[in-house]
Amino acid sequence: MNSPAMASTVVEAGQIEGSYLTDGFTVRSWLLTTDHKRIALLYLATITMFFFIGGIAAALVRLNLIVPEGLLGSAEAYNRLFTMHGVVMVWFFLVPAVPVTLGNFLIPLMLGARDLAFPRLNLFSWYLFILGGAVTLWALFAGGVDTGWTFYTPLSTAYSKGHVVLAAVGIFIAGFSSIATGLNFIVSIHRLRAPGLTWYRMPVFLWSLYSLSVLLVLATPVLAITLLLVVLERLFHIGVFDPAIGGDPLLFQHLFWFYSHPAVYMMILPGFGVVSEIIPAFARKPIFGYKFIVWASVSIAVISFFVWGHHMFVAGTSLYSAVLFSILSYLVGVPSAIKVFNWLGTMHKGYIRFDAPMLYALGFIGLFTIGGVTGLWVAALAADVHLTQTYFVVAHFHYIMVGGMVSAFFGGLHFWWPKITGRMYPEMWARVAALIMFIGFNLTFFPQFILGYLGMPRRYFSYAPEFQVLNVLSSAGATILAAAYLLPLAYLGWSVFYGARAPANPWGATGLEWQTASPPPTVNFIQTPLVTQGPYAYSPPASEGEPHV
Amino acid sequence: MSSAVVHDFQYESPSHQAQTAVAGMWLFLATEVLFFGGLILSWIYSRHWNQIGFDAGARETKLWIGTLNTGILITSSFTYAAGLTWIRAGNTRRLVQCLTVTLLLGVAFLALKFGLEWRDDFAKHLFPAASMFKITGAEEGGARLFFIFYFISTGLHGVHMVVGVALLLWIMQRARRGEFSALYHTPVHAVGLYWSFVDIVWLTLYPLIYLVGRG
Repeated sequence: MNSPAMASTVVEAGQIEGSYLTDGFTVRSWLLTTDHKRIALLYLATITMFFFIGGIAAALVRLNLIVPEGLLGSAEAYNRLFTMHGVVMVWFFLVPAVPVTLGNFLIPLMLGARDLAFPRLNLFSWYLFILGGAVTLWALFAGGVDTGWTFYTPLSTAYSKGHVVLAAVGIFIAGFSSIATGLNFIVSIHRLRAPGLTWYRMPVFLWSLYSLSVLLVLATPVLAITLLLVVLERLFHIGVFDPAIGGDPLLFQHLFWFYSHPAVYMMILPGFGVVSEIIPAFARKPIFGYKFIVWASVSIAVISFFVWGHHMFVAGTSLYSAVLFSILSYLVGVPSAIKVFNWLGTMHKGYIRFDAPMLYALGFIGLFTIGGVTGLWVAALAADVHLTQTYFVVAHFHYIMVGGMVSAFFGGLHFWWPKITGRMYPEMWARVAALIMFIGFNLTFFPQFILGYLGMPRRYFSYAPEFQVLNVLSSAGATILAAAYLLPLAYLGWSVFYGARAPANPWGATGLEWQTASPPPTVNFIQTPLVTQGPYAYSPPASEGEPHV
Repeated sequence: MSSAVVHDFQYESPSHQAQTAVAGMWLFLATEVLFFGGLILSWIYSRHWNQIGFDAGARETKLWIGTLNTGILITSSFTYAAGLTWIRAGNTRRLVQCLTVTLLLGVAFLALKFGLEWRDDFAKHLFPAASMFKITGAEEGGARLFFIFYFISTGLHGVHMVVGVALLLWIMQRARRGEFSALYHTPVHAVGLYWSFVDIVWLTLYPLIYLVGRG
C-alpha cells in the first residue's frame, strides 16, 4: 500500500497543505480509495439517493391516502409502494445511515487513529452495499414486492406475485456489508485507540457505535440465513416454513424479529451517540452521568435481543411467552429514560446556544420521548392487542425512526459538516430547515396516533370516510416534511462551494476530531494525539474564546 | 513485498497489525456462528415437532460416509495446525507440505460428500423438492423437512469448504513465493482459524444428520 502521508506536506507548525479532499481528483482516486473519510462520502451520496427513493415511495403512499377510496385506485400498486418504502428506508437508509457516514468518518478521528483497522474491507463493504442496493432496486422497479418489508411467510414464500427472491437476495448482500462495517468498527475501537484513550475516556458516540456494531455483527447473520430459507422455499415450493410438511410459518417471525427488533436499536443507538456529542457542546457543560449513558447504550443493545416476541402478541404465541416478552420490553424503557434524563441534566443550568445541530438534538429528545413512551403502550399486552396493526404502531415507530434517528442524522451532519467539508453551512437556513422539519414531522405523524387509536388499520389502500380529515392533515404534513428534506440538499450543496471556510474547531467542542484541521489531512493527525483526560471537558463560555466564526 | 517488517500506516507495529487481523477473523467467525446458529436452531425446533419423520429421514443417511468425512476433516485441521507450527519455526517447505495434505483431505471430503453421497441421495429419491420421494405415509412430511435441512446445511457447509480450499491454494501460492516467515505469517494463522471453524460446523452437523434418531 502506498503511504497517503506523502500527499500532505507540513508547511508550518500545526499547518498542513491539502486535505483528504485534495488528495487526488480522479474518479479512480475516489472509487478505489481506502481512506475512511472518502468512503464515508461515497456512502453519504449513496444513502442520500436511497433516502429520496424511499421518500418518493412514502410521498405516493400519502398521496393515495388523501381520499378514503384511495387516489391511486389500485390496492396492488399501494402494497408495492409501502413495501418499497419500508425495504429501502430500513435496509438502505435507517440502519446504515449514521454508521457508514458519520461513523466511518469520525471513528478513526475520535480514536486518534489514522484509519479503521481494515480499510480495504471498508471499501469492499461499500461495493457490497451498492451491489445489494442495485439488486433490490431492480426488484422494486421491475414490478416490486407486495409483502411489506417484513416478508412474512407464507405470503412471501407461496402467495406473493412480486419479485421476493430478488429483493431478498439484495438485502442478503447488503447485510454482509453491514456485518463488515460492524466488524471493522468493533476491532478498530478495541485495537486503535490513541495512547491514553481508555474506555471511559471515549466519547459516548464511540460507545454507541460500539453497541450498534455488536448488534450488526450478531443479529445480521440471522437475517441472512432467514432470508436464504425464504428464497429457497420460494424457489423449490417446499421449505422449513411450509406447514404442509410440518414446518412452521411462525418460526419465520421468530427468526425475522430476532434480527429486526435489534435492527430498530441499530437505527436509534447511533442517534443517541450523535445527540450525546451535540448537547454538551451547545450547553457548554460536561455530559451528566457519563457512565450511566454509556452503560445505557450497552444494556439497550443487550436487552434488544430478548424482546422480539412483542411483535408476535397476536400471532398465536403462548400467553406466558407474551407476558414475559411484555415485561422484558418494558425493561428497554429504563436505559432509554436514563439517557433522556441525563441529556436534560446536561442542559440544566447550561449555556445553551440554539444553533442548528442543537435544534435537531432538542427535536430528537422530544420526539424520541414520545416515540419511546408510546412504545411502552404497545409493549403492554392488553393495549397492544387493540393497537397492533393500526396506524398507532406506524406513528410510534416513525417517531423513533424519523423523529429520532433522522433528526439525529441531520443534527450530526450539521455538527460535523465543517469538519467533513471544511465549510460552514448557512446557519439561518439550517435553523429554518430544522424548524420546518419538526413541524412537518409532527403534522404528518401525530394524526396517525389518533387514527390508530380510533382503529384505522395499517397497510390498507382505502379507509372509512370518517378518517379522512386526519389523513389529509397527515398528507399535508408529509408535503411540508418533503420540502424540509429538500432544503438541506440545496444549502448544504451550496455551502460545499460557497460556504465560509471553517476553522478547525468552529463550535469550541472537545473531542479529538476537532483537534485536526477542517477538512482533515489524509493521515488525520500529523502526530498521534495523547489523551490525558475524559471527554466533554467543557467550561462556561467566559473562559473560552469566541466559539463562533 | 516479502519484507517481514512492513505494516499498514494505521498500526504501530507489525505485531499490532497481526493481532488485529486475527481478532478480526475471530469476530468474523462469531458472525458465522450466528449464521449457522439460526439454521441449527430451526432444525432442532422442527425436529421437536416432527420427530418420527426426522428419524425416518436420518435412517436413510449414509453413516459410513459421514463418519469417514468427520475423520477426514479432523485430520485436515490437524495437518493445518502442524503447518502453522512449522511456519512459526520458519520452515516454509514443511508448511507447504502440510497444506498440501490439508488440501487433499479437503478435496476428498468434497468428493465423498457431493460426488458420492449427494448423487446417491438424488438417485434414491431423497431430494425433498422432487414430487417423487422415497419415504411416504405419515413420515413423509417430517422426512422431507429433514432432507430440506440436510441439503441446505451440507450445501452451505460445502460452500464454506470450497472457499476454504480456495484460501488454501492462495496461502500455498504465497508460501511458495516465500512471503511467510517466522516473523510474518498472519494470513496462515487467520485462514487456519477459518478452516478449523468449518471443521467445527461439521462436528455440529454430523450428529444432527447421522446420529440423532437413528435408533
